[in-house]
Amino acid sequence: MMGTIFGIPPQALFGQLLLGLINGSFYALLSLGLAVIFGMLNVINFAHGALYMMGAFVSWLLLTQFGIGYWWALLLAPMIVGLFGVALEKTLLSRLYKLDHLYGLLLTFGCALMIEGAFRHLYGVSGQPYPIPEALRGGQNLGFMFLPNYRGWVVVASLIVCISTWIAIEKTKLGAYLRAATENPVLVQAFGINVPRMVTLTYAFGVALAGLAGVLAAPIYQVSPLMGSNLIIVVFAVVVIGGMGSILGAVLTGYGLGLLEGLTKVFYPEASNIVVFVIMAVVLMIKPAGLFGRER
Amino acid sequence: MSLPSHGAATVAVGGSGVPMGRLIGLAALAVLLVAPFALYPVFLMKVLCFALFACAFNLLIGFSGLLSFGHAAFFGGAAYVTAHTVKVWGLSPELGILLGTVTAAGMGLVFGGIAIRRQGIYFAMITLALSQMVFFLALQLPFTHGEDGIQAVPRGTLFGLFDLNHPFTMYYFVLAVFLFGFAVIWRTVHSPFGQVLKAIRENEPRAISLGYRTDRYKLLAFVLSAALAGMAGGTKAIVFQLATLTDVQWQMSGEVVLMTLLGGMGTLSGPVVGAALVVALENYLAATNLPVPVVIGAIFVACVLLFRRGIAGEILARFGNGRPQA
Repeated sequence: MMGTIFGIPPQALFGQLLLGLINGSFYALLSLGLAVIFGMLNVINFAHGALYMMGAFVSWLLLTQFGIGYWWALLLAPMIVGLFGVALEKTLLSRLYKLDHLYGLLLTFGCALMIEGAFRHLYGVSGQPYPIPEALRGGQNLGFMFLPNYRGWVVVASLIVCISTWIAIEKTKLGAYLRAATENPVLVQAFGINVPRMVTLTYAFGVALAGLAGVLAAPIYQVSPLMGSNLIIVVFAVVVIGGMGSILGAVLTGYGLGLLEGLTKVFYPEASNIVVFVIMAVVLMIKPAGLFGRER
Repeated sequence: MSLPSHGAATVAVGGSGVPMGRLIGLAALAVLLVAPFALYPVFLMKVLCFALFACAFNLLIGFSGLLSFGHAAFFGGAAYVTAHTVKVWGLSPELGILLGTVTAAGMGLVFGGIAIRRQGIYFAMITLALSQMVFFLALQLPFTHGEDGIQAVPRGTLFGLFDLNHPFTMYYFVLAVFLFGFAVIWRTVHSPFGQVLKAIRENEPRAISLGYRTDRYKLLAFVLSAALAGMAGGTKAIVFQLATLTDVQWQMSGEVVLMTLLGGMGTLSGPVVGAALVVALENYLAATNLPVPVVIGAIFVACVLLFRRGIAGEILARFGNGRPQA
């Protein structure tokens, strides 16, 4: 027995920190997708939470309707959500690029209402359970705490996805095109690169990340039509705190705020729902551009 | 953009040369005065409360170019304060609404002070996040009674003279509140202050270079908008004798955006039209089996893609002098 840390039993402290890290993994994945989309399209994708929910629902439907399990869902659900994103971008979003960016926000807000409303109409508001895959049941005793395997997997998986996205954007040729097109799309197009297609694919990739987060979340939280709507507002706050300028910033802020939220749950549980928003207000007072942002 | 023309289109009606806008306004007022004899008063009061809410929101987006996605915080926050002070402290309805309005103005000062540090999309996200904080506070604070909200708020007697339990008395009081709020907005938009706001909306760097402290103007507009949204929320709490989490939820913020967008951003009458349509539509949908959010979302998408000027904006663009003003 290790005694207590600041008057808190270590099991409770580490338990909440783990929970915070898991929430942080989802914040990171979602704010990463938002940042990638924003960088290229200058659109804040309000439908991100709804598409995260869609990812979870698609994997649930794959399992219950077609008997397709978790590992295939991990591949298929993000692809289906990504294809949905392609359709959304081609038919609706692409008409708005010449207008004020606020219209993109309003349009995706409308889309979010429609997607969530449709799922609510079809499946009701109650959550649907999704079983943890066979290989990831059970857990490890780390001495100071018990780590369920699935939760460890979520943290590792989201870290891998975030780091590989960062490498793909910062270190590869394709990423270089992407960054160039973010800076000056006209010039990049003049070099013979199909920028509109790149925009579509970027949006598809961003929402596929949301879909992936949804699949990862399905066995932890219940699959419900409302799972994305409150989450997306917290992720917006995360994005404001981190600043949209840097991919790495979005990811780090995501994990950091998840952990801080976990700590708040230990020491002052009443404030755990609002701590992210309070931090956002404080950051805006001190550094309006966000922790990693550039003043434009 | 072309130079703004002052005043409404002047059309000779019966050779008298009365401004067209004023005639329409008088006609609308007459309709509002006799409306409760033809339509269900509670429905009309709901329309008027939301119309004032939408007009307050429009003062910000339409005339200063700031998109707030968190106006439910002011509407719902004021509703809670009014409901609490009237029910628990036993205040009269006019004092309750006044306190709600003042609270909303104070919240507007704090939120506005934080949010105007960023612009455009960030402004929208910050206001949304701050209003979500208010939502969680409303969920957890003891005086708001969590999921139940504050119910059975007494309507009371206005100035100790008029019994608001009578539907017609209540209606004319709500109408008076609405007209007062509308007059404040009309006066603001047509004042030098309103002109500066429009200048900031069109070209902020230019306004700064002309020597205006644009942040102060934006903050004042934000506080005014929040206060009027609060007045609408407080009045709503008296009419429906209820303040609940629905009033502070983000869906409510989205709804007021839709009303303004549908009616016409930057027009004075647009938000009223939009509010009436959305409230009527929701009343209609409630009786059918159609999913309300899907229909609302579809209208949102249609507005953004097809008619961004909104109903009043399109009408003015076609029949007015090309410049949305009335």
